[in-house]
Amino acid sequence: MSVLSRGFGRGRGRPADDRLPPGQYDVGSGFPVLSAGPTPHTPLAQCDLTVHDETDALRRWSWEEFRALPHEALTVDIHCVTKWSKFDSRWEGVAVDRLLQDVPTTATHVLAGSDGGYTTNLPLEDLTGGRAWVVDTYAGEPLPPEHGGPARLLVPHLYFWKSAKWLRRLTLLHHDEPGFWETFGYHNYGDPWREQRYSGD
Amino acid sequence: MARAAVQRRLNWLRARVLDNRMETPRVHRLVLDVPGWSGHLPGQHVDVRLTGEDGYVAERSYSLASPPEVPQLHLLVERLDDGEVSPYLTDEVRSDDVFELRGPIGGYFVWSVSADRTDRDTARRPVQLVAGGAGVSPFVAMLDHHRRLDSPTRMQLLYSARCEQEVLARDVLGPETTITLTREAPAGWRGETGRIDAGMLQRRTFGPAERPRTFVCGPTVFAEAMATTLVDLGHDPSAIRIERFGSTGEPS
Repeated sequence: MSVLSRGFGRGRGRPADDRLPPGQYDVGSGFPVLSAGPTPHTPLAQCDLTVHDETDALRRWSWEEFRALPHEALTVDIHCVTKWSKFDSRWEGVAVDRLLQDVPTTATHVLAGSDGGYTTNLPLEDLTGGRAWVVDTYAGEPLPPEHGGPARLLVPHLYFWKSAKWLRRLTLLHHDEPGFWETFGYHNYGDPWREQRYSGD
Repeated sequence: MARAAVQRRLNWLRARVLDNRMETPRVHRLVLDVPGWSGHLPGQHVDVRLTGEDGYVAERSYSLASPPEVPQLHLLVERLDDGEVSPYLTDEVRSDDVFELRGPIGGYFVWSVSADRTDRDTARRPVQLVAGGAGVSPFVAMLDHHRRLDSPTRMQLLYSARCEQEVLARDVLGPETTITLTREAPAGWRGETGRIDAGMLQRRTFGPAERPRTFVCGPTVFAEAMATTLVDLGHDPSAIRIERFGSTGEPS
């Protein structure tokens, strides 16, 4: 069912763009900020990153150790469930493959956990194979706190709420466990190209 | 964390415009009849989808400014001059026009009488609302809901507007509301003036000792400043919920 709006249409300067998933618009040079609560300001000395399984911490990097890991530069399009997309955003960070390379696991899912209590869930296969990073640099500068600094997850092929800000923990699970927004009616997987915004999409 | 979210599919519904009237120079109130609407909680929002005759589709989110007790859905739409959806909704849409809408969306930035009746310990904590500009929309739904159901929960709103002419939903705002005007105040103005800062928060909101449940809604810069200041004043970060609209780019 399509309901047409009289007089509404593609505006000037808004050409069709096959880089835009359905229902999204190009935010241009802007970079909106979204989070459910206050921005944490944890001192870097206390910002570690850990990989857990269901019972134990398997790996831990202090902030300095994380900074010393090999970083990759990447330029990607990002898509927020609140409808904006941002093209060619430039990041630097550590591939999740690298963080998990010495961690033998039969896990199927990951729950990403953040400073402040935010969580989001992903299939493990969406975090590996060169599709996800933990980034600490945006546009050549240290990632600002309001955008998730000192370090956030970056999973550009899923809606951006999956790219957890203020990342502190990756928990490897043998089952799927809904994260924060996923328990509030947002889609469990969140593929922007299939417009999986909300549960049931 | 509540794990009681309702996980049902949100279908697109037909919203028929009953009224589109200027609320303030920059904000219109759209009153919608939405057959099949399943109800909502104050604070939730909807997605609006417009389809042009050329097939062009645009979607945006708007907070609901009406309480669940009102059968029609009210949206307060701020006209953004460089926007592609809001100027259409404010300037072009007329009564009996139809567009698509789905919701309700979001289960975190909500307050309701029924939840407070279920959780008496939480209900003893007051509710502090802090709004910047059109960010008052979800709070209009909360205040109206609170009043219609005669809720015992203590609730206050601190509302920052640029000038008196831009104050929204005056019919709903009562003695629980403090308005501060940031650009100009009329002669004899008895509310606050100037931007909300730490001192105004201390004067005009529930203090940390009362463990308020705090909701902040407004543009990103506003929301970020309010949240940071509230945390600095000693409020528990986990008790502060934020809804941001607008952006450094093109908002809705």
